[in-house]
Amino acid sequence: MPAKIELPSAATCACQSAPPAPRSQGLGRYLLLGLPLLAAWWLLYRHLEAMAAWLTHVPLGLAEGSRLAEAVRFFLYDTPKVFMLLVLVVFGVGVVRSYFTPERTRAILAGRRESAGNLLAAGLGIVTPFCSCSAVPLFIGFVSAGVPLGVTFSFLISAPMVNEVALVLLYGLFGWKVAALYLGTGLSVAIVAGWVIGRLNLEDQTEDWVREMRMDATYEPGERLGMAARVEHGLIAVREIVGKVWPYVIAGIAVGAGIHGYVPENFMASLMGKGAWWSVPAAVLLGVPMYANAAGIIPVVQALMEKGAALGTVLAFMMSVIALSFPEMVILRKVLKPRLIAVFAGVVAVGIIIVGYLFNLVI
Amino acid sequence: MEIKVLGPGCPNCHKTEEVVKMALLEAGLPAKVEKVTGMMEIASHGVMRTPAVVVDGQVKCSGKVPSLAEVLSWLGR
Repeated sequence: MPAKIELPSAATCACQSAPPAPRSQGLGRYLLLGLPLLAAWWLLYRHLEAMAAWLTHVPLGLAEGSRLAEAVRFFLYDTPKVFMLLVLVVFGVGVVRSYFTPERTRAILAGRRESAGNLLAAGLGIVTPFCSCSAVPLFIGFVSAGVPLGVTFSFLISAPMVNEVALVLLYGLFGWKVAALYLGTGLSVAIVAGWVIGRLNLEDQTEDWVREMRMDATYEPGERLGMAARVEHGLIAVREIVGKVWPYVIAGIAVGAGIHGYVPENFMASLMGKGAWWSVPAAVLLGVPMYANAAGIIPVVQALMEKGAALGTVLAFMMSVIALSFPEMVILRKVLKPRLIAVFAGVVAVGIIIVGYLFNLVI
Repeated sequence: MEIKVLGPGCPNCHKTEEVVKMALLEAGLPAKVEKVTGMMEIASHGVMRTPAVVVDGQVKCSGKVPSLAEVLSWLGR
């Protein structure tokens, strides 16, 4: 039941905070401030490794080659690196996202045919702002506006899976090749899984009230933003996203650093190596109950890979953690009948398992 | 005047409710603030991103926490 709150008609409060002064900062000011910051960023970023090594050996006085020194150096290097990348990329993505609203994405996708629609939906999933707590209204908004079910799913799979935080961590810790692989295969899973779900004609498997709902799409956010407002968009994204994931990132890197320094070489080879055929499906299963900790899992997984875990298994694990989350399925249950949820989870899981085996085979 | 704050209960929804209440205090307006958490009702307003604010049946913003100044402008202040 919605709670009704009655407010006093005219309350006076001495400690009331003043309304924020209207911001009139222009683009010029952001540029003036931004360019030197970017140069400083670049200089600092290039010298992180040397600085981490120096900090470990000189002020901390840890002997070169010792286990503790290895772990500390790993932590001191990776933590600032990941955060610097995160701030830059999240800002950039925030600016780009100010051009894409779900309303606009829906208008692009409405009435699209499948195949091309699936492709487009997966691509738009990267740049359209998405939060899993809005998955249900978004689903209804798409379906009631005539976006095909399969195309909607391509979007719903791609939006959380191919996200900037995961890509930054992969780039920072594994290099651009793995990040690109993740981007490519993540999009492929979203496209193919959405297409398969569309082929299965499961439209009757959404809850009845969803199909009966006629959306009065009267709300059009018609605000035209200036460039300065878009820069502000980016800054807000940094504050919100980095503000949310930083504890997971630090915890993940700390555990990763521990593994890096203390777990013996090839320890993971028998468990998550190429030889163990069952490791890919096991990794996917293990990933389902893990959620929101994607930012913390990637550093751990990187350390495991150093110790002999196979890339395909590791990628499958990450995709499962990010794309197949139990809480999101509980949310989606409000609009989808159990059979459709099962099909959704099954198709995505199979897609991820194929990706895992493929990489273990090829690389 | 009837104001609805739409959202399933994420931190940003709570923040939005706070801002709306603060704006009402400041404007000194007697208005009801209704918190809508039901997905069916949220969707029936045509909103695709939460939190959203509806003033007298009209969606004023969605997908972000509005600023105090914005809310005041919706209240006609």
